[in-house]
Amino acid sequence: MKLKKFAIAGAIAAALSASVSVVPASAELVFPSLSYRTGPYAPNGIPFADGYSDYFTLINERDGGVGGVKISNPECETGYNTEKGVECYESTKGEGSGALIYQPLSTGITYQLIPKVTADGIPLHSMAYGRTSAMNGKVFNWVFNYPANYWDGATIAVQHAKDMSGGDLNGKTIALVYHNSAYGKEPIRTLEEKAKSEGFKLTLIPVDHPGQEQKSQWLQIRRERPDFVFMWGWGVMNAVAIQEAANIRYPMDHFIGIWWSGAEQDVLPAGDGANGYKSLNFTYVGKDKPVFADIQKYVVDAGKAAGDGSNIGTVQYNRGMYAAMLAVEAARKAQEMSGTMDINAAQMRDGMENLNVDAARLEELGMAGFGPAVSVSCANHGGSGEALVQQWDAGAKQWKAITEFMPADRELVTRLAMEDSEAFAKENNITPRECK
Amino acid sequence: MLYREAGDFKTTYRSDQQTFPIKSERWLFWAFIAFAFLVVPFFINDYWNKAVFMPLLIYCMAALGLNILVGYAGQVSLGTGGFMAVGAFACYKLMTAFPWMDMFTVTVLSGVVTAGVGILFGLPSLRIKGFYLAVATLAAQFFLVWMFNKFPWFYNYSASGQITAPERTIFGVAVTGANTTPWATYVFGLVLVFVFAWVARNLTRGRIGRSWMAIRDMDIAAEIIGVSPLQAKLSAFAVSSFYIGMAGSMLFANYLGAAEVTEAFGIDKSFLVLFMVIIGGLGSILGSFLGAAFLVLLPVLLKNIMVDQFGWATDLAAHVQIMLIGGLIIFFLIAEPHGLAQLWRLTKEKLRLWPFPY
Repeated sequence: MKLKKFAIAGAIAAALSASVSVVPASAELVFPSLSYRTGPYAPNGIPFADGYSDYFTLINERDGGVGGVKISNPECETGYNTEKGVECYESTKGEGSGALIYQPLSTGITYQLIPKVTADGIPLHSMAYGRTSAMNGKVFNWVFNYPANYWDGATIAVQHAKDMSGGDLNGKTIALVYHNSAYGKEPIRTLEEKAKSEGFKLTLIPVDHPGQEQKSQWLQIRRERPDFVFMWGWGVMNAVAIQEAANIRYPMDHFIGIWWSGAEQDVLPAGDGANGYKSLNFTYVGKDKPVFADIQKYVVDAGKAAGDGSNIGTVQYNRGMYAAMLAVEAARKAQEMSGTMDINAAQMRDGMENLNVDAARLEELGMAGFGPAVSVSCANHGGSGEALVQQWDAGAKQWKAITEFMPADRELVTRLAMEDSEAFAKENNITPRECK
Repeated sequence: MLYREAGDFKTTYRSDQQTFPIKSERWLFWAFIAFAFLVVPFFINDYWNKAVFMPLLIYCMAALGLNILVGYAGQVSLGTGGFMAVGAFACYKLMTAFPWMDMFTVTVLSGVVTAGVGILFGLPSLRIKGFYLAVATLAAQFFLVWMFNKFPWFYNYSASGQITAPERTIFGVAVTGANTTPWATYVFGLVLVFVFAWVARNLTRGRIGRSWMAIRDMDIAAEIIGVSPLQAKLSAFAVSSFYIGMAGSMLFANYLGAAEVTEAFGIDKSFLVLFMVIIGGLGSILGSFLGAAFLVLLPVLLKNIMVDQFGWATDLAAHVQIMLIGGLIIFFLIAEPHGLAQLWRLTKEKLRLWPFPY
């Protein structure tokens, strides 16, 4: 009997929660946040989600929204898990007047969502992650990955290694330590091509999810002593790899991570051992920009910050802000183009496709030099593909940019992306659209 | 009063041995089935389909399969995730190699392939049992996941190692791919689960099921009375893997649409399904359903209540949910070690006497 009552109560609660959560449609811009604040990827997921949410709060509090329309930012916890990602997508896509953009911060969830958003007509922005060939806007109408992608990153890392070895990589060896998933496997194709053209030898060293155990991988590196180690890692895997590299006394300045493997949380656990570790980056680190004063004033001091405020100015927080800024700018563009303030997902998509955030616009936003200039077009959904190399200074506990923004080998990247996206189009019976 | 056998006369052996011997129970069952088949498809939307019904049906299928192996045949297995991966990859290879094949055939064939792999990994059970067998199946879990990640043939040499389900139809209605309608995938899953739950129920009541239970209860005694351990154990592995393979195939093709072996079919899947079977009730078909419902629906319900109703932070809700579900598992196992199915059985006993218990 008790159980039955319990079951009935449960069913009623379920029905209630389902019926009440249908909010009446009102004029607001819905930017759902599929975040992960739990699990092995939380160290990187938390600051990103905080930055993403705080920037929207700032726009709402300081400017009264975008063009007078407030932003709503429903959050859903995915735990970096694809099944929960699906549930989160389905539960948020109908929220309010309908979701306008998804940024799942997970390559796995991105792959999952590409067919779904295409069918539902909601833009997906995988900022410098996800499916690289989505840069081909002719095939992937609804998917964007500006300002850079993994293949850009791979060529930039190779370029940096080449600069370090005096302009010649012939006979050198490069080991790629990667998360054994769609994310980590992304750069392999490009690096193999590069290995052929530059004459270096590529060793692939996979690390299985979640990456807490890497003894055998680093034993192999210790034995083979590759000239460079590249890393495509995420979550706890980053911190463990950097610690292991320090343990085998691998020269840290020859250890280069992708932009997702270069945050404070990744290097701090290794202490002084992490000194000199390098990673790519495409966003500003620090809080010396006018926008941070506003964040402090309107968000943190007003008690509306998503986190405890300790992450502000860190790599992932700033990157979350940057992602949010690009979404806001695209919405602004969409409002301007459609002549209505209350845009829908299709208008949002057009806004993203015509997005142009140059240095002057960043300056206006109080974010001068925050990231590379972004310009998107119908055919190119991948932006410019620039990134810089930063180095960790363990004494000052600071990332220092050691190069300017470097261009990627876009010729190679575009060629590979075209091959891949055309194969995708053929597989899925998509006729690439014409771009004017 | 409502629920009693008085006046329900059985005149044949057949009616005496039916699954639902009491009239009101039969009515309840058929009303439930009619609701599932005739009402739900007309009201289902994307959210209910993707967040509630599809995972529920898929895990019911997986729990049914594992219950046959663990609950009926007494062979502990931690290889469920690996076997689900076999089903998913078999499904993917069949879908891409034979584009004309309809999804029912693909799903059942994926089950057949998994049954073959299950027999192979069931061989150690002829020599070892208990914890040692659990470790052997654990090896299957890791080996299979490693294999699907290592050899590009399994994922058709795609650069990312992801498998993506192309669109396939049944009678012209898409059940996989992006353009499916919620009712189509739901009915597809429901038909499969209904048919194979029916099969499972009758298998476990017949000769084969009795030989499994004999092996479970005392293998030496079973052997002495003429049950062949080889046949019983391997058939349990085969049938169990068949179900789990179909569940894996549905998880990949009808639910997720794209999958990555390390992420979707890891060791946590094996534990999840094993917990479902233990909480639901070992050796009970109903238990498989109750266990799956408990572990699939409760997190969704808790999330809806805590995040949407109370407006809690998502990380707080996620942590509270983990603690609550852990606590509830312990509570139910202390309150009723034989699982939710046993609770239901006791409820029925009490209902028979209600309102005049003695």
